[in-house]
Amino acid sequence: METKNIMIVGVGGQGTLLTSRILGGIAIHGGYDVKLSEVHGMAQRGGSVVTFVRYGDKVAEPIVEVGQADVLIAFERLEAMRYIHYLKKDGVLIANDWRIDPITVVTGVAEYPENILEEIEKDHKVYRINAMEEALKLGNSKVFNIIVLGMAARHMDFSKEDWMQVIEKTVPPKTVEINKKAFEVGYGNK
Amino acid sequence: MGEKVIMLGNEAIARGAYEAGVKVSSAYPGTPSTEISENLVKYKDDVYCEWAPNEKVATEVALGAAISGVRAMASMKHVGFNVAADPVYTAAYTGINGGMMIVVADDPGMYSSQNEQDTRQIARAANIPVLEPSDSAEAKDFTKLAFELSETYDTPIILRTTTRLAHSQGLVELCDRVVPEDRVYEKNIAKYVMMPGNAIRRHPFVEDRMKRMAEDACGFEINRAEYNDTSIGIITSGIPYTYVKEAMPNASVLKLGLVHPLPRKLIEEFASKVDKVVIFEELEPVIEEQVKSWGIEAVGKEIFTIQGEYSANMLRKALLKEEIQAKAPAQVPARPPILCPGCPHRSVYTVLKKLKLHAAGDIGCYTLGAVAPLSVVDTTICMGSSISTLHGMEKGKGKEYMKNWVAVIGDSTFMHTGVNSLMNMVYNQGTGTVLILDNSTTGMTGHQDHAATGKTLQGDITKAINIPLFCKSIGIEHVYEVNAFDLEELTKRVKEEVERDDISVIITKTPCVLLKSNKFTKKCVPNYDKCKKCGACLRPGCPALTKNEDGSISIDATMCNGCGLCRQLCKFNAIEEVDA
Repeated sequence: METKNIMIVGVGGQGTLLTSRILGGIAIHGGYDVKLSEVHGMAQRGGSVVTFVRYGDKVAEPIVEVGQADVLIAFERLEAMRYIHYLKKDGVLIANDWRIDPITVVTGVAEYPENILEEIEKDHKVYRINAMEEALKLGNSKVFNIIVLGMAARHMDFSKEDWMQVIEKTVPPKTVEINKKAFEVGYGNK
Repeated sequence: MGEKVIMLGNEAIARGAYEAGVKVSSAYPGTPSTEISENLVKYKDDVYCEWAPNEKVATEVALGAAISGVRAMASMKHVGFNVAADPVYTAAYTGINGGMMIVVADDPGMYSSQNEQDTRQIARAANIPVLEPSDSAEAKDFTKLAFELSETYDTPIILRTTTRLAHSQGLVELCDRVVPEDRVYEKNIAKYVMMPGNAIRRHPFVEDRMKRMAEDACGFEINRAEYNDTSIGIITSGIPYTYVKEAMPNASVLKLGLVHPLPRKLIEEFASKVDKVVIFEELEPVIEEQVKSWGIEAVGKEIFTIQGEYSANMLRKALLKEEIQAKAPAQVPARPPILCPGCPHRSVYTVLKKLKLHAAGDIGCYTLGAVAPLSVVDTTICMGSSISTLHGMEKGKGKEYMKNWVAVIGDSTFMHTGVNSLMNMVYNQGTGTVLILDNSTTGMTGHQDHAATGKTLQGDITKAINIPLFCKSIGIEHVYEVNAFDLEELTKRVKEEVERDDISVIITKTPCVLLKSNKFTKKCVPNYDKCKKCGACLRPGCPALTKNEDGSISIDATMCNGCGLCRQLCKFNAIEEVDA
């Protein structure tokens, strides 16, 4: 299989590392070679963060380069915009329809752009969800990232049962049920 | 075949150390090296693991263990290696008994660092061999090899990583731990006492060892020529090798696993078999300059940068002349890292800013106090430098000048090398004011314990160095502890101490908001009837607060930790505290 390129982008603290762990787990589960690349340290303090996940028969480099992502998972709209040039022409954007103002906007140095997803839709297939709202309905705002992952799973090469098994193995035992429910919400949202 | 698991580069190094039978590990946290110790401690029943106060100490601990006859290691980030340089240069002379590895993590692109130095240059200067893996599987294998080579050649050895390797994950096959028999320690002052008479005799051994190793390295499996299309031959190592395989799978490649000393004959042979030699190495032209000095024609930094990380696209553009099919990046507001909501540093900086003070800064989360909207920190150089640069300013400009300045340093950084600088200030009659921002942890690197927290890396409860008592014991009369969120008390204390013609230390003792032991029982909520829309609460730049279109503010209940900084800044009592 040709190497599949996935990216997860968001704001430090949004749980990109847990999501990438599940993605790594599913690739191994599927018997693929896999490489992931993450950001730790200073950038995690509320900064822009990006994680690359690549799986296939044999993966060489651990990063996804511009114009090569098959699936771009964005936990926040501005971050979708920041990394959209990484998406292939026929790649898909899975977006959490959510806004977190960067400090440059809070202090009035910059303005938060309007209609980000609408603009991206002119060039790319976009699947969007307000995952924060959906997560609150489930009673735990923290699982929003798994809802978004559930949506993204529709565009990858694994069955729902595979995903559920990997989630069970990856998330903390106490949170297995809520995370499975969250995945279901995203997976059902076509 | 062992079980295959996915591992972070750093985790794979820890696993390799475990499998290699390492018995002692000492380190100081530093991105991107921290997770090595954090993973190695999972094997604490077999491997003794500790946090040292700094990298010099860590290296000496590892060297001591190695001299005693067991396998030992130290790990650190690239700038930490500068701190460790003193023992490193001489450990090259003494050599080892049990194998010794120093992991040094470089940071091309400076994701989490103050400079972009290349460890290979220091290793060359110190005459220490360097291994460089390309992925997690090699990270584990090279770690094991490091100990074998260390023992074969009687030398400490460096495993050099970069951020990309350290923080990438890949598949690793697990093996069992094999512990070599402890070596007997024999008194040998000619080898281990490096006074001039002995060192003079060891130096030729060092030179000869590097020469022997360079020759042997031509036959090392980890130095591998992969011949394909011979129109271009690329010499590379580490993570850049993966970019070569991605962009140019059909090119001939000489992959170097040992990057110092270089296998000259192997490189000469490779160069003779390809039409054009290209050297693809991140950071400094270390391989390139040596290869060119042997009269081999090659291309390197003429087409590739010295700065930042490389990529497969760089090769596609520079060598294959391909156009990269992608749009230009959009113009997007920057999202720099910021202090967390409820961070005690924000409160301290709010006070310093109000008093219009300059701050000599240091390395840690509180470096973020340099940027808007806080804009308090004037200098950041290296670990522990805040106190000594402040002292230098006083000696340059006089006592009066000190009334506009303070030094700010975190508790872990103070333990690292700040203590030396403070001793200097006492000894040389400094009168400056030092703020120790004690948040009870090493924050930026992800919460590691240190000598003043009372807990070891292995989770044991231990003696906690008492920072106020320490300051008093070295002769400082004016030592105060203040809650970082008590704006009134902190303002009064700082004002008094900067005016005072004597050295003072103010310790703002408030735990990091991310520490799991923290319980948040309160939250702040705006009272719109009282809000005058003055914006005073927004000035410290807490990310939980946003300005509404009508000029009033909102507080994100999921982010607010109820620290009360905004509430104290509101003159109209328009922010109230409620139970969380």
